[in-house]
Amino acid sequence: MFGLVDCNNFYVSCERVFQPRLEGKPVVVLSNNDGCIISRSAEAKALGLQMGDPYFQVKPLLLQHNVTVLSSNYPLYGDMSRRVMWYLGQVTPAVEIYSIDEAFLDLHGLERFVVSRLDTFARTVRANLLARTGIPTCVGIAPTKTLAKLANRLAKKRPELGGVCYLDTEEKRCWALEQVAVEDVWGIGRQYAQKLYSAGITTAAELAGCSDGFARKHLGGVVGARLVRELQGTPCHGLAPSEDGTLARRSLCCSRTFGKPLSAFPDIMGAVTAFASRAGEKLRRQGDAAHFMTVFLSKSRYGVEPPPYSCSTVLTLPVATNDTLELVRYARLALKRLWQADNRYTKAGVVLDGLEPAGQTQLTLFEAGPVSEKRVRLMAELDALNRRYGKGTVRLATALTPPGQRQAPWEGQAQWRTPAYTTRLEDLLLVG
Amino acid sequence: MRNVELIPVTATQTPFLLPLFSCRISAGFPSPASDHLEELFDLNRLLLRHPDATYLVRVSGESMRDAEIHEGDLLAVDKQMEADHNHIVVAVVEGECTVKRLVCEDGTWWLKPENPAYKPWEIHDAGDVKIWGVVTHVLHEIVPGKLSALLQTRD
Repeated sequence: MFGLVDCNNFYVSCERVFQPRLEGKPVVVLSNNDGCIISRSAEAKALGLQMGDPYFQVKPLLLQHNVTVLSSNYPLYGDMSRRVMWYLGQVTPAVEIYSIDEAFLDLHGLERFVVSRLDTFARTVRANLLARTGIPTCVGIAPTKTLAKLANRLAKKRPELGGVCYLDTEEKRCWALEQVAVEDVWGIGRQYAQKLYSAGITTAAELAGCSDGFARKHLGGVVGARLVRELQGTPCHGLAPSEDGTLARRSLCCSRTFGKPLSAFPDIMGAVTAFASRAGEKLRRQGDAAHFMTVFLSKSRYGVEPPPYSCSTVLTLPVATNDTLELVRYARLALKRLWQADNRYTKAGVVLDGLEPAGQTQLTLFEAGPVSEKRVRLMAELDALNRRYGKGTVRLATALTPPGQRQAPWEGQAQWRTPAYTTRLEDLLLVG
Repeated sequence: MRNVELIPVTATQTPFLLPLFSCRISAGFPSPASDHLEELFDLNRLLLRHPDATYLVRVSGESMRDAEIHEGDLLAVDKQMEADHNHIVVAVVEGECTVKRLVCEDGTWWLKPENPAYKPWEIHDAGDVKIWGVVTHVLHEIVPGKLSALLQTRD
């Protein structure tokens, strides 16, 4: 059996732990740069606020209903997530951290030897998580990961289930499949959903009734076939636990919406340098080097300018690298290809793909040789300094804040950010 | 007749790996304690029962003065522990967090300050008050150091 634990309205829940007066009131959390809604309390959902609603569009509604608006506070969410995941790791044989607020649990054998019933166990886990962190959760338990995800959805939508949905029998599995629309099945995106609707398939149950051949033909080959099998109750995916409990990635993305639209090349290059540096840091932390780099630039979707809103370019690096200086050098090349004068850009990003363990790179004919020892040491020193004295203490000059300005031109606003209650001594909760 | 040029090829050298000792050898007398060096205690692990369920908070005001909890002190608050009579707790009263002693007298529960200048709070309805966590430790700086400096910069 697999379990899926999902934190309810995670960002809002984290905020409420340290601001109990927000309990029972409508609260939303905005994305980086206060762009759009990324977390809503139940009360905010009831007002009709949707995930991804741009802040400026729903501002009147928020004001009218006196909704508390908060900027995202990732240091806090990260620490609370760590606490949740740590506890799950203590009580189950294996955990796959799927996202900041979701984890798959391996529950095989647990029922036989440790606990009498998995749903009772799940209720205890929920209660303990609530006591230890103050974060409410829902748990779905089923024979496959796809069904566990589906069960979790039901646990969330049906209050009468008490936050736990356990699909232990054939009848329950069939019942659960009937309840869920096909577009809400894990792995079915908007395009596949449209295709399925036109083929007359609208519920998860109907999807589970599809033939292997149909799935292979219309749902992306073997991936689709596995999806249908998983819905039928045959596990096709195992747990992918990360060894250190963190999310080691097969690709890395670092992007931000700018605080204000930017046109000048140096301003945008400053942003791209900062993103490439950050991506390099992440790469080195997980001990990888990247082979491909994508740089993208976007314009506002809400402005007067016509599409395309976004352009990107991909570079194949001659040698996989995690050296910030190299990454920034290539990012500059990519940006030069993309950037056009007189455009007002609102967002940029750097994506690194083709990750492989650092230090076992293929040499090329035309490059001088493997990364020099000195550069590896330089990067290690850079990371050590930034760990000790705080993020961004030592950085490339291109990413510096221009003299006389408080923050770099690309840096966003976070007008309503709460203190980092658990990770900064200066920000601890005050109690009288 | 073809010209044949002979190119000398050196025999491939198989690398022979030697173990590398990366510790420095000191020329003086070895320290008799070097085999027994231990890390400094990690106070988190030593003192906190549930480090991952423990949160640090800072005290403002002197309402708990007589329990030796002063303005600016750090409190370790265990969220998992069940609160009981006579525990010092962080409680949520009317949406605000406060540190008080939880006391049961003749069947009535109170949140009591430890300073005569403050009034105790009677818990009429269990729904009115939520216990946020139980205070397990107080960190009070005797010699002014980083903590005191921090207070001065913030306040």
